[in-house]
Amino acid sequence: MANAHSSDTAHHDDHHDEPAKGIKRWLFATNHKDIGTMYLVFSLIMFFIGGAMAMVIRAELFQPGLQLVDPVFFNQMTTNHALIMIFGAVMPAFVGLANWMIPLQIGAPDMALPRMNNFSFWILPFAFTLLLSTLFVPGGMAAGGWTLYPPLSLQTGDSFPMLIFAIHMMGISSIMGAINVIVTIMNMRAPGMNLLKMPLFTWSWLITAYLLIAVMPVLAGAVTMLLTDHFFKTSFFNAAGGGDPVMFEHIFWFFGHPEVYIMILPAFGIISEILPTFSRKPLFGATSMIYAIASIAFLSFIVWGHHMFADGMPVAAQLFYMMSTMLIAVPTGVKVFNWTATMWRGSLSFEPPMLFAIAFLFLFSIGGFSGLMLAIVPADFQYNQTYFVVAHFHYVLVPGAIFGIMAGVYYWLPKWTGHMYSMGLAKTHFWLSAIFVNVLFFPQHFLGLAGMPRRIPDYAVQFTDWNMVSSIGGFAFGLSQILFAVVIIQCARGGKKATAVVWEGTHPTGLEWTLPSPAPYHSFTTAPEVR
Amino acid sequence: MDPLDPKKRANRKLVRALAVMTAGSFAFGWALVPLYDVLCRAAGIGNAEAKAGKSVVAEAIDPNREVTIEFLAQPASVGSFDFRPKVASMRIHPGKLYSAEFFAKNLTQQASVAQAVPSISPSGTAKYFHKTECFCFSPQKFAAGEGRDMPVRFIVDPGLPSNVDKLTLAYTFYDATQSATPR
Repeated sequence: MANAHSSDTAHHDDHHDEPAKGIKRWLFATNHKDIGTMYLVFSLIMFFIGGAMAMVIRAELFQPGLQLVDPVFFNQMTTNHALIMIFGAVMPAFVGLANWMIPLQIGAPDMALPRMNNFSFWILPFAFTLLLSTLFVPGGMAAGGWTLYPPLSLQTGDSFPMLIFAIHMMGISSIMGAINVIVTIMNMRAPGMNLLKMPLFTWSWLITAYLLIAVMPVLAGAVTMLLTDHFFKTSFFNAAGGGDPVMFEHIFWFFGHPEVYIMILPAFGIISEILPTFSRKPLFGATSMIYAIASIAFLSFIVWGHHMFADGMPVAAQLFYMMSTMLIAVPTGVKVFNWTATMWRGSLSFEPPMLFAIAFLFLFSIGGFSGLMLAIVPADFQYNQTYFVVAHFHYVLVPGAIFGIMAGVYYWLPKWTGHMYSMGLAKTHFWLSAIFVNVLFFPQHFLGLAGMPRRIPDYAVQFTDWNMVSSIGGFAFGLSQILFAVVIIQCARGGKKATAVVWEGTHPTGLEWTLPSPAPYHSFTTAPEVR
Repeated sequence: MDPLDPKKRANRKLVRALAVMTAGSFAFGWALVPLYDVLCRAAGIGNAEAKAGKSVVAEAIDPNREVTIEFLAQPASVGSFDFRPKVASMRIHPGKLYSAEFFAKNLTQQASVAQAVPSISPSGTAKYFHKTECFCFSPQKFAAGEGRDMPVRFIVDPGLPSNVDKLTLAYTFYDATQSATPR
């Protein structure tokens, strides 16, 4: 490895053309491709762990009554399923894609800050080991919901400080990752790659990274206040001492709402890359896509109150949050329109990335519509804390964020490994996922409208049928994801050679397609010229 | 690293700017705490008026107007305190000083400290409800099993909007034995 004190030249990174051998390659990794791979593998593992927790939840909800787990354990599963899927699966997967693809797309030799990159990845396994180990401490895992509302979350047992420190570590990791992304994009672009020529995936990440820097520290502050309330007798959220638990909800959702866009904007970017490729047309309204992402990012800071309509707030505030929330439908509508217009009269072909992208477009819009319903204050009073909310955010996160990630993986996997994967297996994975994600989540709309509360292990008998359907969908969706892992492992091991362009079609923006497949360990050591 | 390499220098400059932004966001998160108080006071929500510690004098009594004051009382958790108003509601004239009593009893076998937190609804009316004396102004100490009446004296501002003819004063009674420290 390069030695900091002996290397006085600016070129010490260039000495190694081959990756280091064995574990050192990964522990001391500074190569963006290695770190990207580690992020992606890590998030896949977390996806299966969080998924296993979801299976426990769906198994318990298969029938009314308490069959498999006790209520406290059920609540531990719902809480930690959310924390692991958000901070362990979706966010690291996007950071992994950013690591792999941003330098390749903008013609940079690596990320701008490779050592910090190593650090921001390696914090994560420790953070999640800490989080998962709370399963074995007295009192069990946190069970008060991933939103950590006090006073309930303050009643968490010995795992409470471990949970808070794990969240701090995840936050530090994401902030460092975001700083790295911004510095790379701002300072490392190839000559001629000006901001408006930049590929949409890179654009979406630039904006996401600013969101991360703006809100992750706010979450760190909020959980630190919880910690001091718990251990040092402060009264930030303790009404007896003059604090206010509702204030936590405001601070939390000031972080929480931009956070949901952190989990979807990079997916918007991926979809904007894939649809033009397989429609063989340039992206419709590319510049308006960038403005739409920026408007959504801006609006995300002023709508947090819609998460707490039912907690009591002045009518003027309710109206403001309702209107501003509904305003988000405008830039989102621009995006959906542009994506559809991109496909309009295109020469479409349906490879796995395109299938996932089309499913994203269709199913994410359903999640957007239920979001509009939830934005209406009087309607929200009915939907609040029901399965309708669960159905809504799973529609935007599973066929939204996760299908976006899968689309991206299927799109760029041949570029990473140099092999084509099994199209048949990948398409099977797609159809099973697309069908069962709907069997899983669509009935939850009905359950929620009929009044089934969320986060409860038992339910009234009239909810049985749709819960059974939903659970069957859940098990089938969960099992189908094993195919995803199989396709990836097969593709990493071998297969038909991929060409540099991989997909025949138009690749108007990204420089990744000018490199051979697999992309060499060190790429763009001399900057390419972009015309 | 070559300190003169312009690329590295540009990177370092941007990292520094982004680190300052991160610190700014962290500070903003903490600044939300006082900001929340300011906004609640401006909007007249909850306990905001009491926290302001404003002194009030009896003003011109409005004999032609009657307003109903309803009293609610609930312990924050079951089992530690019995807590209820002596009367469910009163009819009052704005501008006149009134007194109401609440009864609280320590149900546990050890000395306890309780803190009452008031809330006035409908929202936005807290700034018209002036408490001149209240058991909620300080933590209340109770011996084991002790019960007693506690007064609140108040004036409703004659400026109360004319469409409001009913106010609710609700107290939540928190066990503050753990966090009780001399303030």
